[in-house]
Amino acid sequence: MAKRDSDRTEDVETTGHDWDGIKELNNPLPKWWLYVLYACIVWAIAYWILYPAWPLVSSYTKGTLGFSQRAVVAEQLEQSKAEKAGFREQIANNELAEIKANPELLNFALAGGAAAFGDNCAPCHGRGAQGAVGYPNLRDDAWLWGGSLDAIHQTIRYGIRADHPDTRNGQMPAFGRLGMLQPPQVNDVAEHVLSLSGNAEDQEAAERGGEMFTTNCAACHGADGTGNRELGAPNLADELWLYGGDKASIVETINNARGGMMPAWNERLDPATVKELAIYVHSLGGGE
Amino acid sequence: MAATLQRDEWKAFSDFLALGAAGILVVIGAILAIGGEDRAMAFHGCLLFGAAGLAFLYILTQVIEKKEAHDATSYADGVVRAGVIATIFWGIAGFLIGDVIAWQLAFPVLNLDLPWTNFGRLRPVHTSAVIFAFGGNALIATSLYVVQRTCRARLAGKWSPWFVFWGYQLFLVLAATGYILGVTQSKEYAEPEWYVDIWLTLVWVVYFLVFVATLAKRREPHIYVANWFYLAFIVTVAMLHIVNNLAVPISLLGSKSYVIYSGVQDAMTQWWYGHNAVGFFLTAGFLGMMYYFVPKRAERPIYSYRLSVVHFWSLIFIYIWAGPHHLHYSALPDWAQMLGMTFSIILWMPSWGGMINGLMTLSGAWDKLRTDPVIRILVVAVAFYGMSTFEGPLMSIRSVNALSHYTDWTIGHVHSGALGWVAYITFGALYCLVPWLWQRKALYSQRMVEWHFWISTLGILLYITSMWVSGILQGLMWRAYDQLGFLEYSFVETVEAMHPFYVIRATGGLLFLIGALLMTYNLWRTARGDEPLDAADQPSIAAAPEFRSASAE
Amino acid sequence: MNWEKHQVVEKSSILLVIGILIVVAIGGLVEIAPLFWLSSTIEKVQGMRPYTPLELAGRNIYVREGCYLCHSQMIRSLKDEVERYGHYSLAAESMYDHPFQWGSKRTGPDIARLGGKYSDEWHRAHMIDPRSVVPESVMPGYPFLAKTKLDYDDIGAHLKASAIVGVPYSDEMIENAKADLELQAGANTEALKDFLARYPKAQVRQFDGDPSYVSELDALIAYMQMLGTLVDFATFDAAGPNLR
Ligand code: HEC
Ligand code: HEC
Ligand code: HEC
Ligand code: HEM
Ligand code: HEM
Ligand SMILES: [Ca+2]
Ligand SMILES: [Ca+2]
Ligand SMILES: [Cu+2]
Repeated sequence: MAKRDSDRTEDVETTGHDWDGIKELNNPLPKWWLYVLYACIVWAIAYWILYPAWPLVSSYTKGTLGFSQRAVVAEQLEQSKAEKAGFREQIANNELAEIKANPELLNFALAGGAAAFGDNCAPCHGRGAQGAVGYPNLRDDAWLWGGSLDAIHQTIRYGIRADHPDTRNGQMPAFGRLGMLQPPQVNDVAEHVLSLSGNAEDQEAAERGGEMFTTNCAACHGADGTGNRELGAPNLADELWLYGGDKASIVETINNARGGMMPAWNERLDPATVKELAIYVHSLGGGE
Repeated sequence: MAATLQRDEWKAFSDFLALGAAGILVVIGAILAIGGEDRAMAFHGCLLFGAAGLAFLYILTQVIEKKEAHDATSYADGVVRAGVIATIFWGIAGFLIGDVIAWQLAFPVLNLDLPWTNFGRLRPVHTSAVIFAFGGNALIATSLYVVQRTCRARLAGKWSPWFVFWGYQLFLVLAATGYILGVTQSKEYAEPEWYVDIWLTLVWVVYFLVFVATLAKRREPHIYVANWFYLAFIVTVAMLHIVNNLAVPISLLGSKSYVIYSGVQDAMTQWWYGHNAVGFFLTAGFLGMMYYFVPKRAERPIYSYRLSVVHFWSLIFIYIWAGPHHLHYSALPDWAQMLGMTFSIILWMPSWGGMINGLMTLSGAWDKLRTDPVIRILVVAVAFYGMSTFEGPLMSIRSVNALSHYTDWTIGHVHSGALGWVAYITFGALYCLVPWLWQRKALYSQRMVEWHFWISTLGILLYITSMWVSGILQGLMWRAYDQLGFLEYSFVETVEAMHPFYVIRATGGLLFLIGALLMTYNLWRTARGDEPLDAADQPSIAAAPEFRSASAE
Repeated sequence: MNWEKHQVVEKSSILLVIGILIVVAIGGLVEIAPLFWLSSTIEKVQGMRPYTPLELAGRNIYVREGCYLCHSQMIRSLKDEVERYGHYSLAAESMYDHPFQWGSKRTGPDIARLGGKYSDEWHRAHMIDPRSVVPESVMPGYPFLAKTKLDYDDIGAHLKASAIVGVPYSDEMIENAKADLELQAGANTEALKDFLARYPKAQVRQFDGDPSYVSELDALIAYMQMLGTLVDFATFDAAGPNLR
C-alpha cells in the first residue's frame, strides 16, 4: 500500500487512507473469530454429508443418514399411536357402556375426549360445553337428539344436518316465509309456545294458537310440546331454549326456522377419538 | 469558456429531461385517475397526477427563472436534509401504528370493526412504515451524505437526487394508502401491488445511478467501506425486488395482480427475498451507516480493514442462502431447509465481523460512552446487532425453530434487531447529522438525549423480554402433552395466555415512541437554531465539521 | 493473504458492482431454480383442482384483509401439529396458490384443513363478531363483509391472469366464470352438473344465508369451507417418491 503512517494511540499501522477524517487500522483478523468461522463451516460440511442438502440435476444429495422429516414424523406418530394402542384398541373394539364401566379405560377416554373437545367442539359449544345461542348446552339433561351414549355417539359421528348420508336430519318448515302461517297466526302460535312453559304474555292469543299448534307443530314437537328426539324437535315446554325464549326469537324460528348444522366428525377424527368424545360429553352431567 | 458552454448545454438538457419525465407522469396519472377500474387505482392515479403536476410546475419555474443551481462545487445537502425530516416523520408514524396494533392484539375492540382500521390492514402499514419509510429514508439520506463526504464529490445529477427523494415518498404513500384500501399482494415486506412495484423499480434504478455516478466522480482513490455496504444494499435490493415481485395484472388499469410463482416455489422465492430484505435492507445498509458514524463520532479509526474485507464479502455471499430458515418443517423439500440452516449458522461470524469492527473502533475511547449519550446509542445499537445475529442463527437450527416458528419469539427477535439495531443506529446518525446539516454548534439538549436513551432502552427491554416469554410459552403450550399422551392445551387457551405479555409489549412500545418524540423535539429545536442548553458538555465533533475546522485553525 | 489484490474492486465502482452482483446471485440460483425442475418438489396427489371463481374471489378477500398475518396454512411435519390440525401440508396442496398463503405467524390457529370443520352459520357469526362465539378470541370483527356486495364483474379476467401464470383454467372455465360464481353462491342451479364437472367437490349453497345478493362473506366462507378438502389422503403415499 502506498502510504503507511501509524496511528498515534496504537501500535498498529493504518492503511494510509483518509476519508473525511476517517482512517482504517490494519489489524489482523481476530483469531477466535476466524476459528469459529472455520468451525461453523466444518460443521456445515459434516451436515451436508449426513443429511439431504445439495440439489443435483434430477435429484439431490440424500445424505448418509437417509434422513427424511416425513419419515421421522411418520415414525413419531406411529409411536404415539403405539403408546396409546392398548387403550385405543379396547376403545375401538368395546361397546361404549363397557368402556364407561372400566375405570381405567374411562379415565383414558375422558382425557382423550377433553383434548379433542378443546380444539374441535369448544368453538361452537363453548369451552365448558355450556353452549350458546344456536349451540346446545351439553351439560344439562335437555337433549335434542338423545342423551344416551349411543345417541351422542351417533350425533358426533355423523353430525346434524351435515353433508353425510347418515347425518341426523329434521327440518322445521319456515312457516312464515313459506306463507303457511300469516303474521297474526304466527303471533298466536308463538304465544301458545310461550304458554307451554307458563310464560305467555297474552293468554287469549295463546289459546287461539293452540289449535294451530296441534295441526302444524304437534307432529314434531308433540301435542304437549315436549319434543321428539327422532326429529331433533326440541322440548318447548321447558325453560331451556336453543335460540332464546323471548317472543321475538320464537317468532323468528316460526317464520324462518333455523336448521342449525353440526359437522360430521367421522372423517376428520379417528373412530376412537369420536368414541372418547361421546363418553366425555356423556359424562359432563346430562348423560342418560 | 468552452467548459461553461458545455455545462450550460448539459444543464438545459437535464432540465428538458426532467420536464419531459414529469409531463409523461402527469399523463399516466391522468389516465389512471380517469380510467382506473377500481377505487384504489383511480385514487393512486390522482396521487400520481398531483405529484407529477407539482413537480412539473416547480421545474418549469426553476427553468424560467434560470436559477443557477447551488454552487456546483459544494455538497448537495438539501436532499439529505429532506431525507432526515422524512426519516423522523415516518419513524414516528411507524412506531405509532406499531403501538396501535400492539394494543389491538391485547384489546381487540380497538380494531373498531372497520375495514381500514383492522389489524390485518394496519400491520403491513406498520412494517412498511418502519422498514421502508423510516429505515429506507434513513438509508437514502445517510448514503447520499456519506458518499459525498467519503468521495469528496458532489452528488451526481441535478434533478435526479430529488427525484429519488420525492419518488420514494410517493412510493411510500401509494403503498400505505393501498394497504388501508385493501390493495396488497400479501407477500410479506413486498406487499405493494404490481404498479407500485414498477414505480419503486424506477426510483431505485435512479438511486443506483446517482450513487454509482457519485462513486465514479470521487476524488479519493479508494472507495470507503461504508460505500461497499451501501452499494451492496442498493444492488441486491434491486435484484430481490424485481425477481420476487414478478406478477401478471388482471388489467393494466386495475390494481390486482397474480404473482407468477405459486406454492412451494413462491414460498422459497418470497423468503429468499424476505430474509435478504433483512440482510441487505436492515443489515448491509445500516452497516454502511455504522461504518461512517461510529468512527466519525468516536473520532477513532476503523478497527480492521482486513476484517472489513472478509466480513463484507462473506456476509453478502452467505446471507443469500439463509432464506429457507423461514420454512423449516414446511412443504419445502428437506434439502433446501438443510442448506438454509447450515448457511445461517455460517452467517454468524460474518455478521459478528461488523459488530467487532464497530465495537473495537471504540477501543481507546471507551470513556466517551460515559460522556456522550450519542456514542452510547450507537454502541448499544451495535450490541443489539450482535445479539440479534446470534439469536438468528440459533433460531435457524431446525429443532429450535420447531419451537420458535409461528410464535412471538420471532416477533421478539425481529424487534431486538429492529428497535435495538436499526432504530438505534438511525437515532445515533440523526443526532450526528442534524447539527452538521443545519450547521449548529451542538444539539439543543444533551440531557434530553440521555432521557431518550433510557426511556427507549427500557421500552425495548419490555418489548423483547415479554415476547421471548410469550413466544416460548406459546411454543411449549402447543406441543405440551399430558401423561396419557393427549395434547394438553387447546389453541384458544394459548391465545388467552398471551394477554398479559401483549399488554407489557404495548407498554414497551409506548415508551419507545415517547423516546422518539423526545428526539424529534430535541432535533427540531436544534435545527431551528435555538441556543444549546449544554453546548460545553458536548463533544467537539458534535458541531458541524465546518465549524470545527474553523475553530481548529 | 495478499490484501493488495482487493484494491482492484476498491478502485473501480463498476468492478465492485459486478463483483457484488455475482456474489449475491449464486445462493438464490442454487436454492430456487432446482425447485422448478426436481420432480420430487411437488408430490403426486389426486384431487387437486383450481379454485372455483367464488372460492378465488373469497381467497382474494382473505388476502385483502391480511388474514395470513395471523393464520398459517401450513401444517408442519411435526407430531403435535399433525395431531392438532391433521395431515401435514403437502407442496401439492398450494400448487395453484398465487401467491402462497403459508403464513409466518400464528396469532390464530392454522386453517389449512378448515373446510367442513364448522358450519356456514358459525363462520358468519365468527366473522361478524368473533367474540360472540369464542369469547377469548383476539381476532378483529369483519361485519362489513356481510354487508358488502361482492364485486365480480371482472372475475373472468382473474381466471385469465391466473391461467397466464400457470393455473390450469380452461377456456370454458374462463368463459363461464361469472355464471359459475353466481351458481355456486346459490343463484342458479340449472347448470350444476357442468359446474361440478369443471370443479369436482365444489360446495354449492347460500354461504352467508342471505339470498338477496352475493356478498363478500359468501365468497370468503366458500373459500374457507374448501380449504384442505381437495387432496385425497386415502390415495396419498407418503413413502416412495413423495418421501423427502
Ligand atoms: C359448527 C358448530 C359445531 C361444532 C364444531 C360442533 N357442534 Fe355439536 N352441535 C352444533 C349444533 C348447531 C347442534 C344442534 C343442532 C340442532 O339444532 O339439532 C349441535 C348438537 C350437538 C349434540 C347434540 C345435543 C343434543 O341436545 O342432542 C352433541 C352431543 C354435540 N353437538 C356434540 C359435539 C361434539 C362432541 C363436537 C366436537 C367433536 C361438536 N358437537 C362440534 C354445532 C356444532
Ligand atoms: C318437521 C318438524 C317440525 C315442525 C313441523 C315444527 N318444528 Fe319447531 N323445530 C323443529 C326442529 C328440528 C327444531 C330445532 C331447531 C332447528 O334446527 O330448526 C325446532 C325448533 C323450534 C323452536 C326453537 C326451540 C328453542 O329451543 O329455541 C321453536 C320455538 C319451535 N320449533 C316452534 C315450532 C312451532 C310453533 C311449530 C309449528 C308452527 C313448529 N315448531 C313446527 C322441528 C319442527
Ligand atoms: C389479530 C389476528 C387475527 C386476524 C387478523 C384474523 N384472525 Fe382469525 N383467528 C384469530 C384468533 C386468535 C383465532 C382463535 C380464536 C377464534 O376462534 O376466534 C382465530 C380463529 C379463526 C378461525 C377459526 C379457526 C379454527 O379452526 O378454529 C377462522 C376460520 C378464522 N379465524 C378466519 C379468519 C379470517 C378469514 C380472517 C381475515 C378476514 C382472520 N381470521 C383474521 C386471530 C386473527
Ligand atoms: C414503537 C415501536 C414498535 C412497536 C410497538 C411495534 C409493534 C409491532 C407489532 C404489534 C407487530 C405485530 C406482531 C404480531 O403480528 O404478532 C409488529 C411487527 C413487526 N414490526 Fe414492529 N413495532 C415497533 C417498531 C418497529 C420497528 C422500529 C421496526 C423495524 C425497523 C419494526 C419491524 C417490524 C416487523 C418487521 C414486523 C413483522 C414481524 C414478523 O412478521 O415476523 N417494528 N411490530
Ligand atoms: C445472522 C443473522 C440472522 C439470522 C440467521 C436470522 C434468522 C432468523 C430466523 C431463523 C427467523 C425466524 C423465521 C421463522 O421461524 O419464521 C428470523 C426472523 C426474522 N428476522 Fe432474523 N436473523 C438474523 C438477523 C436479523 C437481523 C439483524 C434482523 C434485523 C432487524 C432480523 C430481522 C428478522 C425479521 C424481520 C424476521 C421476521 C420475518 C417474518 O417472519 O416475517 N434478523 N430471522
Ligand atoms: Ca409487491
Ligand atoms: Ca411475518
Ligand atoms: Cu431470515
